[in-house]
Amino acid sequence: MEWLQQLINGISLGSIYALIALGYTMVYGIIKLINFAHGDVFMVGAFVGFYAIKGWGLGFFPALLFSMAFCAVFGVLIERIAYKRLRNATRIAALITAIGMSLLIEYGVIYARGAQPEAYPDNVLPSTTFNLFGAQISSQSLFILGVSVGLMIILQFIVHRTKIGKAMRAVSHDMDAARLMGINVDMTISYTFAIGSALAGAAGVIFGVYYTKIEPLMGIIPGLKAFVAAVLGGIGIIPGAMVGGLILGVVESVVSAMGFSLWRDAAAFIILILILIFRPSGIFGKNTREKV
Amino acid sequence: MKKVNKFWLFLILAVLIYGIGQGLIQTGILNAFYSNMLILMIINIILAVSLHLVIGITGQFSIGHAGFLAVGAYVSAIITMKFELPFVLAIIIGGIVAALAGLLVGIPTLRLRGDYLAIATLGFGEIIRIVFLNIEYVGGAAGMMVTNMTTWTSAFVCLIITILVIANFTNSRHGRACIAIRENEIAADAMGINTTFYKVAAFAIGSFFAGIAGGLFSHNFYIIQPTNFGFLKSFDILIFVVLGGLGSMSGSVISAVLLTVISTYLQQYPETRMIIYSLVLVVVMLYRPQGLMGTREITDFFGKKKSVKGGN
Repeated sequence: MEWLQQLINGISLGSIYALIALGYTMVYGIIKLINFAHGDVFMVGAFVGFYAIKGWGLGFFPALLFSMAFCAVFGVLIERIAYKRLRNATRIAALITAIGMSLLIEYGVIYARGAQPEAYPDNVLPSTTFNLFGAQISSQSLFILGVSVGLMIILQFIVHRTKIGKAMRAVSHDMDAARLMGINVDMTISYTFAIGSALAGAAGVIFGVYYTKIEPLMGIIPGLKAFVAAVLGGIGIIPGAMVGGLILGVVESVVSAMGFSLWRDAAAFIILILILIFRPSGIFGKNTREKV
Repeated sequence: MKKVNKFWLFLILAVLIYGIGQGLIQTGILNAFYSNMLILMIINIILAVSLHLVIGITGQFSIGHAGFLAVGAYVSAIITMKFELPFVLAIIIGGIVAALAGLLVGIPTLRLRGDYLAIATLGFGEIIRIVFLNIEYVGGAAGMMVTNMTTWTSAFVCLIITILVIANFTNSRHGRACIAIRENEIAADAMGINTTFYKVAAFAIGSFFAGIAGGLFSHNFYIIQPTNFGFLKSFDILIFVVLGGLGSMSGSVISAVLLTVISTYLQQYPETRMIIYSLVLVVVMLYRPQGLMGTREITDFFGKKKSVKGGN
């Protein structure tokens, strides 16, 4: 039952990717910016959670909430300082600013606390292992999956049932028309960053609890892969990011299980390129005709 | 007549700079640290100019340039180390293989635009790195030992050839086609320019020179490892081009020179270096998005003050 085991590992990993991918996809959907700094918000979330658990002795849920709140503020700050001026700039300028912010956060953290890794304490969540059809399932991975799914349901609720969610959908559909309808576009964009960053912060804490080791450059690769997940599902589409993340996690686990663990990172990028070449709008995306 | 004069002026200037550099290194006024910095500077200029052709002239946003650097570096290292062929041959073959890699990457990805193209090239760059990481023949993650063969002379000759070829390409009919694609792809297409051909051609030429830089790079350091060619390296090259001004070759040369000097002096403080780098990047993008030089060349500041009017 090696395969079932790998499938479950893949889904746990995939739910982390999905949480990060949600932030990418929401931000891209609303201001068409690939927020490269998003992976670093994930890293900051992991560190905040670590200090909350280790330093203040908080439990898992208080630490998770604290990290989410911190990252929400942090995300809004990034948006206000760097991205707000770029609303009407060229795409290249926006992308390069995002890359610059990403490097700034990474090396700012290294400068502040050094590059040495930290290890989450392993008693944050009770860990027992169940035996399901011969596969070893730890209670941690089930718990993580539960938290991720819970957060995604809350997100769906916010986007589809609240006023701010409605504003977000309107702005992402047509920013100028939304502004004419009296929607405070700047505020809505800030909310989007706050929600996306809070999800990334949650993903950071979950990642730390599940994989133990955290370090200042840990956000780069999961960030890129989450972006791949967002593209895979159709960028700008929220359910797409969830499905894309899960698919990516499972594919990576299967590639590792087949004995190609060194090729695992390449698998994500190969998926990215295939999807970009054959179906650039993603699994859930609609083809849009280009107007001249 | 005017054009010929410009060419000879450039060549004389190049010989002069070469002579000064060679003299300073020969007489030992510049020690190993500084002469190494000069060679690194040349490698960075070649990289910046080659990426300038892709981003600045053709307007195709590629952030996987380090992948082609890696191809050139590894191929030329294999040729000198494993086959023991001469260094010149190694550099040329490294460039050709990198150009082929550029074709292979460019043909499928250049159909994409904007952000998607950027991400696809980033993905390809990472795939190239991971491929080298998994080939035992070139040492895998441990890297490959390479003898130091790059000299000031060889590096400088490569630099002059790169600048001449890319400057002439830019001023040719083909270069104008590429600029037209940068300004408006759909309009260029409508004017009868084969956009795919020119995009792929510019990409392959850029990759070729990145491969040349790779040959110099691998033979300048004693060891090459896949980690040298991660996407941070691609970002480094991108920063040269963007800071210099998208569309200005002299701008990318100047920023490559400046940033090499800065990063060499800050080598002891890698975090500070990266913080300064990223701050400069963000501040320039926020307050001067056209970069140091905009689309102007340094030669525009000399000579006749021709008023450039119309079009923006």
